[in-house]
Amino acid sequence: MRDEPLVLGIETSCDETGVGIVRGHTLLADALASSVDQHARFGGVVPEVASRAHLEALVPTMQRALDEAGVTLADVDAIAVTSGPGLAGALLVGVAAAKGYALAAEKPIYGVNHLAAHVAVDTLEHGPLPEPAVAMLVSGGHSSLLLVDDLTAGVTPLGATIDDAAGEAFDKVARLLGLGFPGGPIIDRSARDGDRASIAFPRGLTAQKDLVAHRFDFSFSGLKTAVARWVESRERAGEPVPVADVSASFQEAVCDVLTAKAIDACRSNGVRTLVIGGGVAANSRLRVLAEERAARHGIAVRVPRPGLCTDNGAMVAALGSHLVAAGVAPSRLDLPADSAMGLTEVSVPG
Amino acid sequence: MLVLALDTATPASTAALVEVTPDGLSGIAERRTVDPRAHGERLAPEIAAVLADAGLRPRDLTAIVAGLGPGPFTGLRVGLATAASMGQALGIPTYGVCSLDGLGRAAGPGRVLIATDARRREVYFATYVDGVRVTGPEVARPADVAGLLYGAVGGALPAGLLIRPEDRSTATAAGKAAGTADGPAAGKADGTAAGQPETAVAGLVDRAAGEGALKYGDVFGVPVEEHLLYPPGAALVALAADRIRGVAPSEILTPLYLRRPDAVEPSARKPVLT
Ligand SMILES: [Zn+2]
Repeated sequence: MRDEPLVLGIETSCDETGVGIVRGHTLLADALASSVDQHARFGGVVPEVASRAHLEALVPTMQRALDEAGVTLADVDAIAVTSGPGLAGALLVGVAAAKGYALAAEKPIYGVNHLAAHVAVDTLEHGPLPEPAVAMLVSGGHSSLLLVDDLTAGVTPLGATIDDAAGEAFDKVARLLGLGFPGGPIIDRSARDGDRASIAFPRGLTAQKDLVAHRFDFSFSGLKTAVARWVESRERAGEPVPVADVSASFQEAVCDVLTAKAIDACRSNGVRTLVIGGGVAANSRLRVLAEERAARHGIAVRVPRPGLCTDNGAMVAALGSHLVAAGVAPSRLDLPADSAMGLTEVSVPG
Repeated sequence: MLVLALDTATPASTAALVEVTPDGLSGIAERRTVDPRAHGERLAPEIAAVLADAGLRPRDLTAIVAGLGPGPFTGLRVGLATAASMGQALGIPTYGVCSLDGLGRAAGPGRVLIATDARRREVYFATYVDGVRVTGPEVARPADVAGLLYGAVGGALPAGLLIRPEDRSTATAAGKAAGTADGPAAGKADGTAAGQPETAVAGLVDRAAGEGALKYGDVFGVPVEEHLLYPPGAALVALAADRIRGVAPSEILTPLYLRRPDAVEPSARKPVLT
């Protein structure tokens, strides 16, 4: 059982309630309930609304996952749960439920890091991860570059956004263009009919002086403002706003910076594998650009399928499975929900 | 029948084991930590501890009773998520009870106001006659509680809360003071009573319990039972005893939120060009 542990993973760090079940590196079930529709009219995730939805969704989502995998809680070897980072109240629902399951079924519990779980999920599709690897995690909640030496022991942060997350920039620009929420898939679609070279939007933190202190950091706040100014100038001049061109040019600016910095991170660390995760990893232009640029430097790009890029329970189960297989000690029943959990620990030490 | 009671509707995290027999119930073990930010960390170890204290295992449980609040949301959900997940894992029923009712029942005979801290200078409250709830639960500023007790029922107080003759003059005065042109719930924004604090709920109830009653004791102006601040596990189980004995269907544990989420829809786009 050590090599092929049956692990259940619970994810509630943002607006998705996820329960996943894996055996070793094989995905058996990935049940998901999302409160995204309840947040749409607010233009972003409302923490209290998300927390309420998690409490309602957890038991039924767990039941769907168990049914889908054809197992019971008694069969499970360990329960993993996202301990952080994320929305405090949302995390707490998942952590409390995970403790209830672990207590009742008398199973070990692992409180795990959400970002490390985004990396671990790729092994469900593409097998063991060559280490070291560089991981780029881009979503509405995070934009990070990580050096992964050993997924079960520790991950080194290389850089992160200093203001908005990449997915947040997509949401804000989509709103500005009156396209809806969440912005990622909408902008991607709108950009298909546009010219990505038509407007030269700024690339944050890429100037020579910024590369000294922020070589692997991102900034999307200036880009968002630049798009707003551009659109507003058009409107004031009484000219129509070319939505597709704005979408494509904005998307190009984001993807250009993300991929350039990711490839730079690989090269400067002598790494030949780049894993991309998070909701923005589903962006079609990001995948193409990353593969184009990586190929030039002999770097392999691994991107899980879109359903595994966004937040889900399978990623938590996948990381839990790695931890069990590596013989890492479980967490204790007093493990906290830690909204600002750092990456020095991949799981909460027992 | 071995029953686990959980409550996280107040700053206390409570886990208790109670034996329910056909004609009574007896407490076996109880653990409680008072820390408004530690429910998520404290509750599960407390459950493990009460089971260990009794030399029992989770599979020995027959049912779980959980306090549904009202209470500050983040902590409240910890108890309910834990109860629901344990019930699911063990295949045993879960029953919800109002957390204030636990205090009201434990307070015993007489007319009692139960108030817990709702933060933002408000309380969750309900009133009881001989352990049975007659008004509430509601959320309000402490100074507005008396006005609500009068006015919310259109001047007719629930049976049992009828004002005794010797209290009538005070109560009427308090009612007039609290019920202004803005309606019965008008108090000042700073939380002080519109009328004389001493007469706010005195006359309506004999005493008060709950940590909110202790915190705002000077506003309520009635004696506070300082030993009864958090819902006792055995009282919560007693409230569900009939359901437990009758093996009633398991219930979905829905919190008594009483407040809507604070969320504002975004306003029109702000111009970035000056
Ligand atoms: Zn994520």
